[in-house]
Amino acid sequence: MRVAILWLAGLLALLPGLVAAQDSPLRIEITEGVSRPMPLALRVAGAGDGADQDEGGLAAEIAAVVSADLAGTGLFEIVSPKDAPPVRFDQAVDYVSWKATEIEALVTAEITADAEEMSLRFRLFDIFAGQPLGDGMQFDAPREGWRRAAHKLSDQIYARLTGEEPYFDSRVAFIGESGPATARVKRVGVMDYDGAGLKWLTSGEDLVLSPRFSPDGRTVLYTSYAGGLPQIMAIDVETVTSSALTRDATAMSFAPRYSPGGQWVAFSREKDGNTDIWIMRVSNPGFAQRLTQGPSIDTAPSWSPDGQRIVFESNRSGSSQLYVMRADGSAPERISFGEDGARYGEPQWSPRGDRIAYTRHDGAGSAIGVMRPDGSGETLLSDGPADSGPSWAPNGRVLIFTRSNGDDGVPHLHSVDITGRNMRAVSLNDAASDPAWGPLLP
Amino acid sequence: MRLTLILLSAALALSACGIPDDRQIVSAPAADPYVTGPGGVAVYQGDVNMPGTRLPGDAAPAAPAPGTEFAAVGTTVYFGESAADLSDEARRTLTRQAAWLTQNSAYAAVIEGHADEPGTREFNLALGARRATSVREYLVANGVAPGRIRTLSYGKERPASICGAEPSCLERNRRAVTQVSQSQAGV
Repeated sequence: MRVAILWLAGLLALLPGLVAAQDSPLRIEITEGVSRPMPLALRVAGAGDGADQDEGGLAAEIAAVVSADLAGTGLFEIVSPKDAPPVRFDQAVDYVSWKATEIEALVTAEITADAEEMSLRFRLFDIFAGQPLGDGMQFDAPREGWRRAAHKLSDQIYARLTGEEPYFDSRVAFIGESGPATARVKRVGVMDYDGAGLKWLTSGEDLVLSPRFSPDGRTVLYTSYAGGLPQIMAIDVETVTSSALTRDATAMSFAPRYSPGGQWVAFSREKDGNTDIWIMRVSNPGFAQRLTQGPSIDTAPSWSPDGQRIVFESNRSGSSQLYVMRADGSAPERISFGEDGARYGEPQWSPRGDRIAYTRHDGAGSAIGVMRPDGSGETLLSDGPADSGPSWAPNGRVLIFTRSNGDDGVPHLHSVDITGRNMRAVSLNDAASDPAWGPLLP
Repeated sequence: MRLTLILLSAALALSACGIPDDRQIVSAPAADPYVTGPGGVAVYQGDVNMPGTRLPGDAAPAAPAPGTEFAAVGTTVYFGESAADLSDEARRTLTRQAAWLTQNSAYAAVIEGHADEPGTREFNLALGARRATSVREYLVANGVAPGRIRTLSYGKERPASICGAEPSCLERNRRAVTQVSQSQAGV
């Protein structure tokens, strides 16, 4: 599905007051930790003046999705003040009356829709500065794609108010789990980042592990036991057709991860008990090259966003720790130094490049942490005791991970931002693990 | 059935005195079934029905009688934390497995390596493979043709027991299980 984006440049000309350049534009700094969410008013209406009730219903549904997206970040509070002035799209905003409320940012949007198509127009206003924040925009989408149109709107608001890249219009691949832990049934699923739009990609007949999105979001790699020995499969998300990237009668391949450009896959290959990191070309997977040597276990590779380096987990020091090497396998350097026997694993390099997320195991259990690529600035983001498998949102500011609760050990997905704030469960009925956050959709 | 056996510490002390120094230099079993109980007595917490577990004083394992089911020689061996080396107990079980496989040449074996819950999924996959390979190498060293043995790792995906952080439970999941089937032996 495509969502078309149009700039509302022509319409903007209708609006008054586009003059004063702001000294300090309305802005939330995520990295400093937000103690007070920004109060924001959201006015989404059907264009049909209430004559088309269906349009009004769609407007309400879109408003609910946008509210959930923005409030879900912990950075915004969606407020409807009693003393707010009336709002009509394409008419001037009554800044004076809005300034009398607590509102700092106003979003107005108008929906037009028929049975097949829908269109969403929106504007964002900085109440304090008394002027629009960025241009108005229009999203055209098939009617059934209304959730994506809503996420696109949220992305625009988030990006303009935080200065960060957005992430709402994105999907997460994961493993759905059912049945007892001793005979767990596992399936690869994909869903919108907020748990909607669930789609299963495998049947549950074969044990499957560790899904990973391609950089374009069209393909998911995973590890399958379908042939007996675990091998790496690639599945097309749209058509749900899969093909094997590795076929080896005597070696197990697992832990795949695409290079940022999508031409290469780094993975673990086990032969005669020894596991090393290899890379293969997606276009010619038979041509694989080993990057690590020696008898230690080297696994869980993840590329830096520039494709020049790979972080991985190795027990070459005696316990699992994180190492960074060049993408040709040279110059491995240890970056984690667990005190009191702490072990580090399943690293993922942030798409922004500034942090590496990982799972840290110690006597108290396992928790999610981040550190800089040189190993400094180690920060634990969760308390555990059974958190694992962090995966970055496309903007590198939020992580999704697996939390296994209590005695039953049933896993669920949670998310947290990189300041450790805003811990929340992802709304999904199924037990789920091993999330892999895909790219922002075009 | 699970049996708790309490050995008087006096009896243990006696036997310890009689062991020459060089006999004490043996690697400790990876999963020590003994813990120190109240009053310093040694408490046996192993499962006497678990194949491969012997009580003190049992005779050394003999080759299985012809016609013995494979399960009776012991299908499973256990490992220490993050380790893949074979304990003396594991070696005894595998010696019986090798003898059985030698007697029953129409069977092929698949060795499944497993890990406990702590540790990452992908590390544990590699660790399970290493454990299965340890078993395979021991069986081959004891005369089983390499072509009859395949290895496979399930990592922590197929635990034998559902454990919290209970150490005595977790150790049951650090294992390698030998499965035999009457298929194309020698392939």
